Amino acid sequence: MSSPLVSRVAAQLARRARWRPYEIAFWLLALASVFLLPGRHLILTEIVILGLFALSLDLILGYAGIISLGHAAFFGFGAYVAGLLAAHGLVTEPVLALLLSGLAAAALGFVSSFLVLRGSDLTRLMVTLGVALILRELANQFAWLTGGADGLQGVIVQPLLGLFAFDIAGHTAYVYSLTVLFVLFVIARLIVFSPLGLSLRSVKANPLRAAAIGVPVNARLVAIYTIAAAYAGIAGALLTQVTAFASLDVFSFERSADLLLVLIIGGTGYLYGGLIGAVIFKVMHDYLANLTPQYWPFWIGLVLVVIVLVGRDRLAVWRAAIAAALLWPFRRKPAAPEPEGSGR
Amino acid sequence: MLTILFDGIAYGMLLFVLACGLSVTLGLMNFVNLAHGAFAMAGGYVTVVVVNRYGVPFFAALLIAFLVTALIGALLERTLYVHVYQKSHLDQVLFTIGLVFMAVAAVDYVMGSQQVFVQIPAMLQGRFDFFGVGISKYRLLIIVICGLLTLALQLILTGTRFGSRLRASVDDARVARGLGINVTGVFALTFAVGSGLAGLGGALGAEILGLDPTFPLKYMIYFLIVVTVGGTTSITGPFVASLLLGIGDVAGKYYVPKLGAFVIYSIMIVVLLWRPQGLFARSAGR
Amino acid sequence: MTLALETIGLEKRFGGIVAVDDISLRVEQGARHALIGPNGAGKTTLINLLTGVQRPTAGRIRLQGHDITDAAPHRRVGLGLARTFQINQLFADLTPLESISLAISERLGAGGEWWRPAGGKPEAVEEIADVLARFHLADVMHERTGTLAYGKQRLLEIALAIACRPRVLLLDEPAAGVPEAERHEILATVSALPADVTVLLIEHDMDIVFSFADRISVLVNGALFIEGAPDAVARDPRVKAVYLGEDIDA
Repeated sequence: MSSPLVSRVAAQLARRARWRPYEIAFWLLALASVFLLPGRHLILTEIVILGLFALSLDLILGYAGIISLGHAAFFGFGAYVAGLLAAHGLVTEPVLALLLSGLAAAALGFVSSFLVLRGSDLTRLMVTLGVALILRELANQFAWLTGGADGLQGVIVQPLLGLFAFDIAGHTAYVYSLTVLFVLFVIARLIVFSPLGLSLRSVKANPLRAAAIGVPVNARLVAIYTIAAAYAGIAGALLTQVTAFASLDVFSFERSADLLLVLIIGGTGYLYGGLIGAVIFKVMHDYLANLTPQYWPFWIGLVLVVIVLVGRDRLAVWRAAIAAALLWPFRRKPAAPEPEGSGR
Repeated sequence: MLTILFDGIAYGMLLFVLACGLSVTLGLMNFVNLAHGAFAMAGGYVTVVVVNRYGVPFFAALLIAFLVTALIGALLERTLYVHVYQKSHLDQVLFTIGLVFMAVAAVDYVMGSQQVFVQIPAMLQGRFDFFGVGISKYRLLIIVICGLLTLALQLILTGTRFGSRLRASVDDARVARGLGINVTGVFALTFAVGSGLAGLGGALGAEILGLDPTFPLKYMIYFLIVVTVGGTTSITGPFVASLLLGIGDVAGKYYVPKLGAFVIYSIMIVVLLWRPQGLFARSAGR
Repeated sequence: MTLALETIGLEKRFGGIVAVDDISLRVEQGARHALIGPNGAGKTTLINLLTGVQRPTAGRIRLQGHDITDAAPHRRVGLGLARTFQINQLFADLTPLESISLAISERLGAGGEWWRPAGGKPEAVEEIADVLARFHLADVMHERTGTLAYGKQRLLEIALAIACRPRVLLLDEPAAGVPEAERHEILATVSALPADVTVLLIEHDMDIVFSFADRISVLVNGALFIEGAPDAVARDPRVKAVYLGEDIDA
């Protein structure tokens, strides 16, 4: 056995999963924002929650190729579970409630995954949209439980781990959300570079061949769909906990649509797309909402139309060019493949 | 009970006229047009403006709604949609969602966000008694108009040259092109007519479904369910699916008000579990 | 000894069309069995039935004596059956290194592990390197598959199937579309397959068939027309008639 080749192969495989300099820079910046931008913690928390939500969609869209129009179903479910746990004093410690909400959303994801796997792209759109609408309707109808159109009242969030109380300026909320995001991100990163992640990328690229080399396609898709649902549920639960409120619009179609836009702006398939997209989207949203508070969906729609007409491939090229320009100080000589997705 | 059935049939036929354009578009060009509801909304608002503000007779207004919406459809198709045909389903979804958002916001801006009503002529208001069954005159009109439209569509599909060109193009676009059929032209015309029908449906349905700027978003799922359950390879598929959904929804909301809204979703899930390609699709789904 | 691969009365109907008509095929252990026949004879449909991509309307399939008729495609791979596709079915966005390590990962049962980076196991690394070397893919191992030359893609197509360490390998026209200059690489690889691997080969190129096969089955209109040793089949006038389109005497 030619040993040089074996070491080359081992080195290549090891290099795949190594943390790139830009990633370290990203998280250092995020950590710095805790101390350097104390006045912005409220909006930063919103960005973090949106970023986590987008990350969860990237797991199924960017890595498994499942188009979902109703990912808000899991977000909303997690939001209400967390709200109910707090409002009825069932689980008062927020971190524990967060985990339970994630589990609940995972269960919902697991059950609905079997529907999602059947049929074509269109049926998948239908089913995902339908599940979100059903949940919204359920929350609406069972107003005695959920507060209906008025929203869930009486959500009192106890101090984290019994120690850190939530404050009005949102400092605790931001550190909490950012920590949750980081932990979940690291786990997602592990998954994506693992054999499971590789098999999912193969399913997205060519499900026929994936099955032909022994990948249990459906089982893997169910697994990632469940994980993505858990992540979305945790994002929803975070929202409830930091705002002490939950309302029907956590299930709204607009939320699912905005999420698609976030991911499209940031790019799919390389995990950071959701986070970067969330920052850009929030900034854009704030600017537009100040301009035209009532009609900003028009501009969102316009952005979507323009992006599609310009072409997501071209957008990926521009993104790569901007990234290369920004990361010029960190460039390396023999190019290992960057985890830059094709944006497809 | 028969009144419920009657109302359900009216609702179903209205859904059919609204959704059949979407079904053909999907079957013909494999194009997911989530903005289809926007054309229905356009037809509804055109009728409202034309009847309420300019006093045009109701039936003339229906025709105007059809024509104006068909024109808008043809225009959008040639200028915007044509660039998106070859793109992925995700791109089509994003594009048409973007169009819906723009349409909804634009209508909100121009017409305001409250629900609007069409002044339907006096002769269409109220009910009459037919062997003990209460029949709403307006709903009867809907059944008549939609029934005639369905027959006309079926005749065009099966009896005319255009119809066979359309059916050939739906069946296999590549082969149809090879036979010299102008598939692009067929599609452009079909898209325009489908949009026009949606507009007509919106005009007719404003009274029953409620017309406000959020109409496309509210009813998007209904159209999609009709198309998914009914399949895209025939007229009869979506027709039966629409009736099923219409009757199911009306009956459900009457007998079990709390859970009535779920009837439609449950039908969708049951059908998709049982036959993922739709009730009437060919074995090869897309 | 148990047959490597066997079908019993296998049939596939599409409405009124019978694509595979009552085929009872017997493939011996270690055989180099070729399947030939005019276009549209049902060869690829047969392969699809064998691998589970399509379900038969009647009949059974046995792999090493186990009935696999109802087994999902990925399970058949686990039981030792692998195939290549006539038109390359590769993972355009993955590199050859990633694709091959995926196949090996799945085979080792590690495909579902999510907590460690892919390709970490030492025995896997050795095997990956071995496959890359054998199929001349080492120099392109970290280029996107979509950017590779067609000949390299074709080699990867076969390499992926081999990486599954199949006991029965179905090759669907391995040299199809490969430029003349690169064909010998493909053919050398096919000839160098281990003797204990049973190979069922679909081919149109008679030179390849006669140099490779020890048994030939001729498929016509979905049914097994003639079977036998290469010499016998080559000399049979009915085979020539079928290929040239003359009427066959019943």
